[in-house]
Amino acid sequence: MLSRTADSLYWTARYMERADFTARILDATTRLASLPASRGYSGDPWASALESSGAAAAYYAKHAVADERTVRRFLAFDTENPSSIRCCLEHARTNARSVRTALTVELWEAINRAWIDLKAFEATAHDREAFASFLDWVKSVSLAFDGAAYRTMLRNDAYWFLRIGDQIERADNTARLLDVKYHLLLPEDEEVGGGLDYFQWTTLLREVSALTAYRWVYRETIRSWLVADLLILNRQMPRSLASCQAEIVSCLDLLASAYGRRGIAQRQATHTLDRLSACTIESLFQSGLHEFISGFLAENNRLGAAISEQYLQ
Amino acid sequence: MPAFDEMWGVSGAGGLEPRASYRRLADWLKEAPPELLEARRRQAELFFRRIGITFAVYGDAAANERLIPFDIIPRIIDKDEWAKLEKGLVQRVEALNAFLRDVYGPRECIRAGVVPEDLVLQNPGFRLEMIGARPPHGVFTHVAGIDLVRVDEDDFYVLEDNARTPSGVSYMLENREVMMRLFPDLFVEHRVAPVEVYPDALLETLQSAAPPKAGDDPCVVVLTPGPYNSAYYEHSFLADKIGVELVEGSDLFVRDQVVYMRTTLGPKRVDVIYRRIDDDFLDPLAFRPDSVVGVPGLMGAYLAGEVTLANAVGAGVADDKAVYSYMPEIVRFFTGEEPILKNVPTWRCREPQSLSYVLDHLPELVVKQVDGSGGYGMLIGPTASGAEIEAFRARLTAAPEGYIAQPTLALSTCPTLVEQGVAPRHVDLRPFVLTGADRVRVAPGGLTRVALNEGSLVVNSSQGGGTKDTWVLDG
Repeated sequence: MLSRTADSLYWTARYMERADFTARILDATTRLASLPASRGYSGDPWASALESSGAAAAYYAKHAVADERTVRRFLAFDTENPSSIRCCLEHARTNARSVRTALTVELWEAINRAWIDLKAFEATAHDREAFASFLDWVKSVSLAFDGAAYRTMLRNDAYWFLRIGDQIERADNTARLLDVKYHLLLPEDEEVGGGLDYFQWTTLLREVSALTAYRWVYRETIRSWLVADLLILNRQMPRSLASCQAEIVSCLDLLASAYGRRGIAQRQATHTLDRLSACTIESLFQSGLHEFISGFLAENNRLGAAISEQYLQ
Repeated sequence: MPAFDEMWGVSGAGGLEPRASYRRLADWLKEAPPELLEARRRQAELFFRRIGITFAVYGDAAANERLIPFDIIPRIIDKDEWAKLEKGLVQRVEALNAFLRDVYGPRECIRAGVVPEDLVLQNPGFRLEMIGARPPHGVFTHVAGIDLVRVDEDDFYVLEDNARTPSGVSYMLENREVMMRLFPDLFVEHRVAPVEVYPDALLETLQSAAPPKAGDDPCVVVLTPGPYNSAYYEHSFLADKIGVELVEGSDLFVRDQVVYMRTTLGPKRVDVIYRRIDDDFLDPLAFRPDSVVGVPGLMGAYLAGEVTLANAVGAGVADDKAVYSYMPEIVRFFTGEEPILKNVPTWRCREPQSLSYVLDHLPELVVKQVDGSGGYGMLIGPTASGAEIEAFRARLTAAPEGYIAQPTLALSTCPTLVEQGVAPRHVDLRPFVLTGADRVRVAPGGLTRVALNEGSLVVNSSQGGGTKDTWVLDG
């Protein structure tokens, strides 16, 4: 496969995943902001949304205050924010369009239709109700994209590069979210009562669509260390760092066996996975959660660079 | 001037009985309620937009992805008509290839006085680099698009030979796809020869054209200038249909006169490049140094016989419109046969006598640039304003050798769905002719282009033209 094709597939998937993640953050934030003040969040939910999405610096370079309307616009539609949902969908489509021959018709149509439909939403999504249906739509787009890939793509290098892009981005998003919110996780093994904390926790879980999953997995009231366990180490949870890493390793292994050679990307990814597998949540808290997450983010970036070096140039 | 109508024959005499090949379609059209036609038209448009079959119009940034309007009423050619056309097309393209081999080789046609020497040697499409070169298997124009117009029951004229990089074949294929979805019943009633054979024929043609040393399974690629090119959709569509990589210049490199593509597995040798890039941009070391879409060193690899370019470098000299005017003589000279397809009578403005005739008759004539395409830079006398004619006169007088003139032909019309309902609109036809090392292949049909504006003769998609599905009846 052409290196440029692999590169475009990888980035198509990364941008789709990022659009989905941003939509989920906006959705969770809207909920949090609508809680009555007495039970709600004492901080500013919209500023927190900017932090979670990693777009705070870009936002404050342009705007002084984080109010609902402006943040919504910035994260959803702003053409100057390269990570806005609109820009992500556009980049995904541009990448996909340049490698159409590597995509099935179904997958291309999922992306292209999203780009066509987006224009209608941009014109109308000013009020909360319309915006909520816009966010639902973004989630349905990423589902359609994943579904088309899963159902129609040949299981070959094209599919694996899509999956790798998707998982690298997802791991990055989960880790960044944890990094921004890590202070919430600090009170170790403490039951989180009702009120303020409880809603912060549930918001965090909602942002990665894990609230229901939490209950199914642990069948316990929400505890900070279990939340950390779910999002970092639990392999059942498709957004956990360990789960993403395992998927990356498996796709890289498939590539290596198809191509008949292993390289630095395989070694790095396997190393990270081994380290995650050896961890327990207790040892993680003892050695410092923040340091761990920063370390993971750096490793994830290095892995992205190694994949690029090995295959995409 | 009454135009011949594809459905009704000579207008005036018609209006009573449709021509035999159109009888079923005419009956169906009579019964079909206008709402149904409109609904089908909208469905077709939606389909094209969804699959992203768009094109870019140069100089129109606002609408950089547009749809070519599609008309749902097919154009029909019966079996006997097609058999004759096909023979004529094969003959014509064989002559074109023989002519190209000759002008870059022994130049017998020049010595025999068939074509004037300066017209060939000073032609902008003539490539000095190719003198004495013989592309693998002697094929120059692997993919040709021959533009035909019909003027009456019996006669098709060739309007242009596109010997460089003709486009539009993706519309031929997609139009059929849409029609089969929208009108399954019509396909049951008509026996329409399938066009889906084209991708296989294209791949076979390209593989057969590989350098002899390439081996049994030559590596074929499609070379595109990239997503911003107006025909990008077609490039990706074709690469996909024939199952080969769609590459950009930066995906290829040349080492020791061998062309490689950069892949996830390292460099892979390339044997045949179906290039959709003009000669000028192919190789910055050989042609335009500012080209960013080409491959440095490609021309060296080509001349060393290490790679096949389809179409060959320098094929453009055969689709020059002044050379076109000599095609009947060229066909006779190289095939020893009478041309089956007619040429439109053409005045070469490079000849003083012709020029003065053309200048005296501008309002009746169509004047074209010899190296122009896409309907740009031409004058259509009968529909031009006085000021346009005078402006054109000045350009023509300044550089007469750059122009030819032809009578305004009564292009045939075909029933077409327009805002007011079904009405006749002028059409042309571009069949695609493939020449490999082994043989010449023609897909049954081609691309019918239709001038959607009433009375207009310009079918180019960049200037308000649309397309139709073209049915060659198989029984």
